[in-house]
Amino acid sequence: MVKKGRIVSFFVILVIVAAIIGFTIKPLLHNVKLGLDLQGGFEVLYEVHAINENGQVSKATPSKGTLQDAVSTIRHRIDALGVNEPQVTIEGKDHIRVQLAGVKDQAKARKLLSTTANLSFRDVDNKLMMDGSELKPGSAKVGFDQANQPMVTMKLKDANKFAKVTKEILDKGAPNNKLVIWLDWKKGMTYAKEATKEKPDPAFISAPSVNEVIDSKDVQITGNFSVDEAKELSELLNAGALPVDMKEIYSTSVGAQFGQDALYDTVLAGAIGIAAIFLFMLLFYRFGGFIAAVSLAIYLWLVIAVFVGLQVVLTLPGIAALILGVGMAVDANIITLERIKDEIRTGKSILSAYKSGNKRSFSTILDANLTTLLAAIVMFVYGTSSVKGFAVLLIVSIVITFIASVFLSRLFLSLWVKSRVLDKKPRLFGVKESDIDEL
Amino acid sequence: MSFKKLNYMKYRKLFFTVSTILVILGIVSLFIFKMNLGIDFSSGTRVDIQGKHALSIDKLTDTVESLGYEAERPTLAGNNNNFASVTLNKVLNQDQINQLQQKIQKDMGYKPTVSTVSPAVGRELAKNAFWAVIISSIFIIIYVWIRFEFLQGLTAVIALLHDAFFIITIFSLLHIEVNAVFIAALLTIIGYSINDTIVTFDRVRENVKLKKGKLTSFEDYKEIVNKSIQQTIVRSINTVLTVLIPVIALLIFGSPSIRTFTIAMFIGLIAGVYSSIFIAAPLWAVMKFKHDQRQKKKKVRPQQS
Repeated sequence: MVKKGRIVSFFVILVIVAAIIGFTIKPLLHNVKLGLDLQGGFEVLYEVHAINENGQVSKATPSKGTLQDAVSTIRHRIDALGVNEPQVTIEGKDHIRVQLAGVKDQAKARKLLSTTANLSFRDVDNKLMMDGSELKPGSAKVGFDQANQPMVTMKLKDANKFAKVTKEILDKGAPNNKLVIWLDWKKGMTYAKEATKEKPDPAFISAPSVNEVIDSKDVQITGNFSVDEAKELSELLNAGALPVDMKEIYSTSVGAQFGQDALYDTVLAGAIGIAAIFLFMLLFYRFGGFIAAVSLAIYLWLVIAVFVGLQVVLTLPGIAALILGVGMAVDANIITLERIKDEIRTGKSILSAYKSGNKRSFSTILDANLTTLLAAIVMFVYGTSSVKGFAVLLIVSIVITFIASVFLSRLFLSLWVKSRVLDKKPRLFGVKESDIDEL
Repeated sequence: MSFKKLNYMKYRKLFFTVSTILVILGIVSLFIFKMNLGIDFSSGTRVDIQGKHALSIDKLTDTVESLGYEAERPTLAGNNNNFASVTLNKVLNQDQINQLQQKIQKDMGYKPTVSTVSPAVGRELAKNAFWAVIISSIFIIIYVWIRFEFLQGLTAVIALLHDAFFIITIFSLLHIEVNAVFIAALLTIIGYSINDTIVTFDRVRENVKLKKGKLTSFEDYKEIVNKSIQQTIVRSINTVLTVLIPVIALLIFGSPSIRTFTIAMFIGLIAGVYSSIFIAAPLWAVMKFKHDQRQKKKKVRPQQS
């Protein structure tokens, strides 16, 4: 007796699933975050050390607070660059990893990231008169002077301070009445040495002469800027100073075209590989292979959906892990189908072969997946950057493999087996009648 | 299926010998040829370019050297030699990288990927990879010990270390460059190798239960292992085939920048299926038999006295 209801429910499920996949796959694929190796961009690992008030780099391990402050300042600066989804992470005791995918002007971005942006006002003898901490946070703006030259304007917290500073400079008398404005002054830099160089060589921004006491909260910095330079400086000042020394100890920068080619090649290879797997499964396991292929397709869709949901960044090794995950998902199906074949060969009916095959293969699949999961977790804990990304993908695929190839495949197969349509048709599972033991 | 009738235990000594020779060969090769460590494990700068058409490696070398750097390890790869790379033993700074990228873009038409690694980072990577392998091995032994038995855990780990070392041997012999992604491949193979071995041991566990208490002679152990392998061989081969298919596709069509990964996967998958069938299970039979004999002697002696 054939129970048609179960076959109808299989097709209803199939149509619903196909519709969900069909409608969501495009928006999902658009929302997959691509790593910098797939869309161009750069990654830099910095070794971070605090800089003390005298501009000296401290050799000691920076405090946690210093690192966190540095990360938040870096984030602010990246916002000014307009990069989507930057990744700034603290690694170990004194490392910060910055990953910027899809950034257009890499050279500018890199420079912007590592500058300390420590503004200081000094006299001609390099004595510190006032520094960036006197400025009102977020007050830097681009303005234009009388000659319509771009400049940067800022507000001070305290007008008296500026009056005091300008008075002191004024009292030095010409030609020493200059207020030298520095960005990133380092010990050993002197006005006398830098002043002989032509712009853009001097390390200071400008050295205006002070001719009167300025009793105002407003400070203007002019310095032969272009509009872009003025904008960059104001953004830097608003993002705040980064009182640390950042040394690049690892970097990689990928051209946009390079990344796109890698993506295209790898996705093509993946598509060919997956199509070949489907074909293999159909040839070898017939009907069981068809069910496996359906659940594999759902597996792939689920993995992509989970990536988007968890905001996992897809990298080149990540795609490799995804494709290999297909292999693991197939394996679970193969283990089950081989077991069912074995049971059919012993002379059992399709239904009881299906039942005992499922039962017996479950612990095998569980043990096999759990041991691989162990390896993936260790990789996640001990790996850095690309290895870690690979591990995340592997963990996600193992979990979904388990869901797709155990529960989905079984659900689908059970609908068919229990409908009894497959009764006495061992060939549909790839078993020849002559191989079945006569009882 | 002829695979289902083969006597896998019969040639165990041959396979043990082959594997031992391979391990010795690997050790010798590591001493003589060493590993071709990329900058990820040492320090320096790597320059990769990928073009639409064939590239000239000499042009890349010349371009790099025109800026006063020494270009080492010039490599051409890709299906039509459209992927070229050189390494410099110097760690370039920001400005030097910009200058180099612009120069190569101007001279060759493609913007290169430039990576730099400082010595400390390279050492850390190698150290982390080493510990990852050791720690996952320990966890796997513990897990298999709980779910199966200690000797199976031990032989499974021997098999996986064998596979990992085999990949290292081939990379050393053929002088293929090793980079950070190689570590990921090595760790994946460890996962796969254990997966394969577990499936075989799972059958062994089942067959031992069926024969409960009747394991006396070495013949019995041989029979159990043979039967278990015969029952799982089709699955083992089919699984490795389905994983090999995408790996081969990645080797042929995939981006040359993950070639190291795919080569390592390819070698490791084959080693993995070989070691599960010819090393792990037979080795377990030999060790288990000796272990059981010793246990019996211990039990027998007190009774005699």
